[in-house]
Amino acid sequence: MRRLTMLDTAPKLPDPDTVFVTLVRAHIDLSANDSRRLDAALVLLLANHIGDIAVLEQAIEEARRAVRAPTGAAEDEGTPP
Amino acid sequence: MPATYVNPRFPFRRPPELDGKGGSARVAIVGAGLVGLTLALDLARHGIATVVIDDDDTVSFGSRAICFAKRSLEIYDRLGLGQKLLDKGVTWKVGKVFFGSSLAYAFDLLPEDGHRMPAFINLQQYYVEEWLVEACERTGLVDLRWKSRLTSLEPRADGVCLAIETPEGAYVLEAEWLAACDGARSTVREALGLLFIGQVFRDRFLIADVVLKTDLAFPAERWFWFDPPFHPGQSVLLHKQPDGMWRIDFQLGWEADPEEEKRPERVVPRIQAMLGKDVAFDLEWVSVYTFRCRRLDRFRHGRIVFVGDSAHQVSPFGARGGNGGIQDADNLAWKLAAVLQGTAPEALLDSYDAERIPAADENILHSTRATDFITPKTEAARSYRDAVLLLAREHDFARRMVNSGRLSQPHAYAASPLSTPDADEWSGGPPPGAPCLDAPIDDGFLLNRLGNKPVLLVFGDVAVPEIPGLGVVRVPVDGVAAARYAARPHTAYLIRPDQHVAARFRDPLPERIAAALARLWGRNDAEASRCAA
Repeated sequence: MRRLTMLDTAPKLPDPDTVFVTLVRAHIDLSANDSRRLDAALVLLLANHIGDIAVLEQAIEEARRAVRAPTGAAEDEGTPP
Repeated sequence: MPATYVNPRFPFRRPPELDGKGGSARVAIVGAGLVGLTLALDLARHGIATVVIDDDDTVSFGSRAICFAKRSLEIYDRLGLGQKLLDKGVTWKVGKVFFGSSLAYAFDLLPEDGHRMPAFINLQQYYVEEWLVEACERTGLVDLRWKSRLTSLEPRADGVCLAIETPEGAYVLEAEWLAACDGARSTVREALGLLFIGQVFRDRFLIADVVLKTDLAFPAERWFWFDPPFHPGQSVLLHKQPDGMWRIDFQLGWEADPEEEKRPERVVPRIQAMLGKDVAFDLEWVSVYTFRCRRLDRFRHGRIVFVGDSAHQVSPFGARGGNGGIQDADNLAWKLAAVLQGTAPEALLDSYDAERIPAADENILHSTRATDFITPKTEAARSYRDAVLLLAREHDFARRMVNSGRLSQPHAYAASPLSTPDADEWSGGPPPGAPCLDAPIDDGFLLNRLGNKPVLLVFGDVAVPEIPGLGVVRVPVDGVAAARYAARPHTAYLIRPDQHVAARFRDPLPERIAAALARLWGRNDAEASRCAA
């Protein structure tokens, strides 16, 4: 019987600031459209690297929960409840 | 006019040079600000007299650098001012980050007991400068010359020739060494025509010091808002200061008109939007600023040494400007004193560049990244930033990416030429180059025992060789200090005059200690081995 692999959300990055800067820098000089495609391409590459639909699904669940949680920020306007 | 503080006016004293006397100084310091005064006091504690010139006659106007980090407090404690800062300052260690109107997460900067100094205190810069002036005067070694403006200078092989203008006439002062502590718009740097290059950030920030007349239940914490409802699309930072004063920083964006934004008619509604219409307050000080991150290529130019903002400039996020400058002074004072007293060769001062340039780069890197996080330059950057803040509510990994300023930490001089690399097995403890860790000792604290001369910190009741010019501080092998220093019986640390680690030994053999001590003083290998022999 195969156990479901869990999404690991424990901190694993020794230098989180560099990871953030590297992701942001990847978008420099890209149009809005290309920027979205870059993110999509990144996710696809990393999904393939992970190689596990269960992990991917849990990550999607976490991400959706995060972006739909109300914050009162200006970005919330227009987000359906 | 400010209601909680009146700037003292220091008297102009006619210098002997105007009457054909004097004319020389061992060390001249240009700029009697936070950094220049700290350096003067530290040099005086080492027995070195200085002449300090400043074109003004008072301390800083406005609260300016308000966050004094643990390491700065430890430096001021060594200089005899630590308790004064603690007594007056607002101690804080908790920070909260908000996104929109909800808390993203909170952090605690000093979760560990047994340190004399807290992670941070908030204190208006003018108080510290005023106490530094008093302390400098008490030493009898600091010649403070107010209303004295540097008009030109001439670098020489064995010193610097300064032309100084005063209300009662001009004179020339010859100094063996010149410390340029004259800030981001350094006159000395301009006179030498040195390039000061770096990144300009296209953003403006409003600082308001506000005295509340209504009691508000804000705790003594650092609160940072990304995109709050009361200031949409921008960031806001809140800090508590002494005298019932609150520092509020509003991000304004590049298009804001700095003169317009300083008007009370503009500032008051912003604060009311934040605190509520019913809260009564006085505006104490308002300023609009932009900032840059840049540094000089080298900080030492022959007999001229740049210290603080004259050498490097950072964004305010992370409190790395003032604290970085204080650490510069801390690094330079003992070296300059040792060179002037003949304890060390002039080459020791090369290590100021070797140690403080990486420190400045670290500060610039962190403050640049914080600025990029706070002011996203692209839509993608904003999306990543917001996603991090959203994930931070539940996920520790994302909290580590939130960057509202990586708060000033002391720099560990990892690749210092003055350090002796570990030759033994170590896991834990401060490595060579790192600042010493504090710990409770008897009824006091370890750092207070170390002083400002090289010492051997010995764990346990072990016989240690007597080495000229090296004090011994002995601590138990079974206490908090031993744990923090990963000590066993016989373990010894060689500590520099600035309370950084120079070397550490599992077995303190005299020749190893002597060689490390020679290296600490900047003596070359041949000299070092001769001393060890």
